[in-house]
Order: sequence, then structure tokens, then C-alpha cells
Amino acid sequence: MKPTMAREDLINPIWKNNPVFVQLLGLCPTLAVTNTLANGIAMGLATFFVLVGSSTLISAFRRFIPNEVRISAYIIIIATFVTIVDYVLAATVPGIHKALGAFIALIVVNCIILGRAEAFAAKNTVWRAALDGVGSGFGFIIVMLMMSGFRELLGNGTLLGYHVLGMHWEPWVFMILPPGGFFTLGMWLLIFGWYRSRKAAGTKPRVWPNRATLKVERSTREEVTV
Amino acid sequence: MSTIFDRPLPEDAGDTTEAEAEDRLVIAAAPHIKSRETTTTIMWTVIASMVPIVAASAYFFGISALLVVVAATMGCIAVEKAFGKPGALRDGSAVITGILLGLCLPPAFPLWMAALGGAFGIAIGKTLFGGLGQNPFNPALLGRAFLQGSMPTAITSFTAPGGHFWTIHRSTLAWPFMQVPKVDAITSATPLGLMKFDHAGTPLLNLMLGSTGGSLGETAGLVILACGLFLIWKGYVNWRIPAAMLGAAALFAALAHGAVPARYPGALFTVFSGGIMLGAFYMATDPVTAPVTNPGRWIFGAGIGALVVLIRFWGGLPEGVMYAILLGNCMVPFINRATQPRVFGTAARGRRQEVAP
Repeated sequence: MKPTMAREDLINPIWKNNPVFVQLLGLCPTLAVTNTLANGIAMGLATFFVLVGSSTLISAFRRFIPNEVRISAYIIIIATFVTIVDYVLAATVPGIHKALGAFIALIVVNCIILGRAEAFAAKNTVWRAALDGVGSGFGFIIVMLMMSGFRELLGNGTLLGYHVLGMHWEPWVFMILPPGGFFTLGMWLLIFGWYRSRKAAGTKPRVWPNRATLKVERSTREEVTV
Repeated sequence: MSTIFDRPLPEDAGDTTEAEAEDRLVIAAAPHIKSRETTTTIMWTVIASMVPIVAASAYFFGISALLVVVAATMGCIAVEKAFGKPGALRDGSAVITGILLGLCLPPAFPLWMAALGGAFGIAIGKTLFGGLGQNPFNPALLGRAFLQGSMPTAITSFTAPGGHFWTIHRSTLAWPFMQVPKVDAITSATPLGLMKFDHAGTPLLNLMLGSTGGSLGETAGLVILACGLFLIWKGYVNWRIPAAMLGAAALFAALAHGAVPARYPGALFTVFSGGIMLGAFYMATDPVTAPVTNPGRWIFGAGIGALVVLIRFWGGLPEGVMYAILLGNCMVPFINRATQPRVFGTAARGRRQEVAP
């Protein structure tokens, strides 16, 4: 792997190397607690805090943690921050804390956090590990906003409880239910995959099926049948 | 004896008369004998065979029923036109999906929901997988599953049959994406709902002729049976799937009815109530989402029939045809793999291959 610059540590995980949409990590909270925007924001911020804190601390301790027990050491460090988040949420927003339920405690085993700890923080300086944590955490927050915003908007007609689509919006209950989570994630992955493949092919992505390619297909097919 | 190789090649094709052109041997790749039937003609015949069912539903439920079918079809056509392959609209499969979806919706269903269901079914169920022939699930049922999950109240509000033909229910014309006004027509429970929640039966003759509440294609059992038999006679529907599905459901129901007659309905009620008739002839038999081997078809149909009875008798919902068929669709690749016929000239499984001396 070629050495990266500090700026890339911060920028890359936000979009180009997004922890959820590109690396497909941390899918469990992405699917489970994104039914309302408030839950999504709380989960995103909680994970952000844990990610930055644990990345920094693990990087600072990287010379003292024996290689044989590194995973358990990482888990203890991560669990410390998760406990802090757990208590803070319970004290400040008890409603959301109750809605998130076990998923606050499950941040401990979030693949994004352990993945960044193992792959990045344990090998880099404290400053760069902190930048990477901020970038990854921010990327995760963006995903949570996109998932939970879409689901709450269609599934309830509201955003943060405000009726942005009018009082008479017929809610698509499906979107708030678990299948809606899978469907929304699949839809975003589809859009991003399509965008990326277009970009890789060198053509400018468009927001509608490309008529030009379809026409080529049609003409070749006619040749074959003739 | 002259063969095609002895003949001189025509020097100039332009000079040949018509008689000579008739005589010329054209060398082409197989197939040499073609049926006049194409996917397109089959699809449009299936659409024609559904006309009596739609007409029956319009007779019982009035103009609203027709509008629901049209709206669902328009939703399907719009998405197929926008995202499907060029020319995909012409084969008629999107129209079939739309009509089938319309037939499994209640009569006073809001039109925008019907169109949305059709659009969802085609977009997620068909074009995403690559269009006709690639979809693992029946698109019409996927659209209905989406509607069932999204608008559970609207899809279970059934209006009673009868009434004036030109009555358009207020819920039918609800504004797109807006809440449905309270259903003003007399709502009536479906025979299955009555059976499940009140343990009240419905006269069998009403079930067969269609004067009961329910979705558009749930009522006139005999009409659907006749249309389905027509498709079997034409050879477009493999008879094993409906036979296995209805047979398994009837057998299962008869056993349960024999054990506890007060609680479970009999075989004929099971077969003629709800969407099982439409499902057996028009949905489970979709050649794309059904198994390709004959033993597989028996397993597929029987599994769906058993699931339908299982959901109806012991599940939370009064009707289970939709989920039963979708679950059956999930199993099709495995059924296909498990029922591969023996390759000609090889030994049966477990037997030693005999080597010719």
C-alpha cells in the first residue's frame, strides 16, 4: 500500500472509501436503528465519538500493547468509550437511548471501529489515527443521515417529527419496518455502484438510463435478427 | 445422387427468376422448424384469457374495479418504458403483471397505490434483475407484498359486491401520496376473514360464482378455473403446478377439517375461497419463476399448496397465497438443481457406469 498523506486520511473515508457504502462494514446499526432520523443522528454521533476516541487511544498505546492480546486490548479501550456514550445518552436523551436499546452496547463490536483500529490506528501516529477516526466517523454519520432520512421521510412523512410532506401524507409503513432498511441500503448501494462503474468507464454519469447505450444495443440486435 | 455440394454456386443472385429462387437451397443454422408462437403471442393470449376475470370483477364491483386494474397496469407500463430494455414493452409481460396485480387488490383501492405497487413490482422485481426471464420472484406478487407492507389498512378494506356499476368510491380517487378518506361504502369481510376470526362459513355456491367480498380476482372461482383450463389446453400453463397446488391444499384442508370440523373449513371451501385459484393458474405457473423439470413442478406446487393452508389455518393472516408463492419462488433454484434428469446414456445415480466392451 502506498503511503498516504494526512489530508487523505481525513478525506478518503468520508466518501471515496466510505465505511458503509464502499467497505460494507457496520451494516448492523445501519439496518437496525435507521428507522427515524433522530435515532440515526444519535447512532452516528455515538459511533463518531467512540471511533475518534478509540482510534486516538489505540494509536497512542500501540507500542505498549503486546501483539498477542491486541484484540482484547482494543476491545477494552473501545468498551470504555462506549460506556461513556451509553451513560451520556441515558442521562441526556433517555427516549432515544431506549429506542437504540442494545445497539449502543453493540457499538463495541462495530466492524468499522475494530477495523480502523486494527488496520490503521495500530500502525500510524496519533495525529493521523485521529484524522482517520474523524473521517470514518463522518462518513458513517453521512450514511446514517441518508438511510434514516429516507426511511423516516417515506415511512412516516416526517423528518425529526416535523410533517415536512404535509399532514395528510399516507405513510409507507414498509419503509420503517426491517425490510425497508434492507431495501433502502440496497437502493443506495445500487446508486453508488452504478455511479462508480460509470465513473470508472470514463463516461459522465447521468441520472437516467443512458439512452445512447440502449440505442446501440437496439441497433446491434436488429442486425442479428436481419 | 446430387447433393447441395454438387450444385454450382449462383454466379449472380440478381439474375435468378422466382422459380429458381424457390429451388435454391439455403443453408442456415438450426432451428429449422419453428412454431408460429412466440413469447409475444403467448403473452397476449394470456392477457386475452384474463379478460373474463376482469369482466367478472367489474360485474361484481363496478367501474372502480376496472380503474384499479388499469391503474396498476399503467404503473407497470410506465416503469417498463422508462427502465426496461428497448422494445420490452411490446412482449406484453408488463401488462400481464399489471392486470394480475390489479386482480389481487381490493375493489375500492386508491388508484395511486395500485400504480405505485405496479411500478415497484416491475422496477424492483423485474428490471433490476435484467428484465423478462431473469426475475426470481413474480413481479405482481412482489408489488402486492410491498403494498401489503406499506398500506396495511387500505389493502384490507374490502367493499361488498353489488351496488351500482358507476359508483366510484371516494377512496379510489384519493390524491396521490395522500391519506385515504374513510371508506364510505359498506365494508364486508372476506369469506376467509369470516372463517378465521368468526368461524363463520360462506355458502359454496357464492364462492364459486363470486358474490362475496374480497379482492378483484378472489371472487369468481369458476370463471378463473375456466380461464385457467383454457391456458392449460393451449399448452401455455403446465397443468402439474395448479394440480399439485390445489390438490395439496385440498388434501391438507380435508385432513384438518376431518380432525376438527368446527374450526377448519373443508377442501372445497379452501380451494374456492381467496386468491388460491388465481394464484394456482396465473401466478405460480409463471414460466420464469417456476421450476423447469416435471418432478420439480410437482414439488413446487405441492409445497405452495401446503404453505397456503398452513398460513390460513395457523398463521396470523387470513390469506397466505401471496407469501406462499413468493416463498415457493425462493426455492425454485434448489428444486431445479435437485430434480435434474439423468443425462441420456449415463448410469442412474448410485449405479455403476457400465463400460461397453
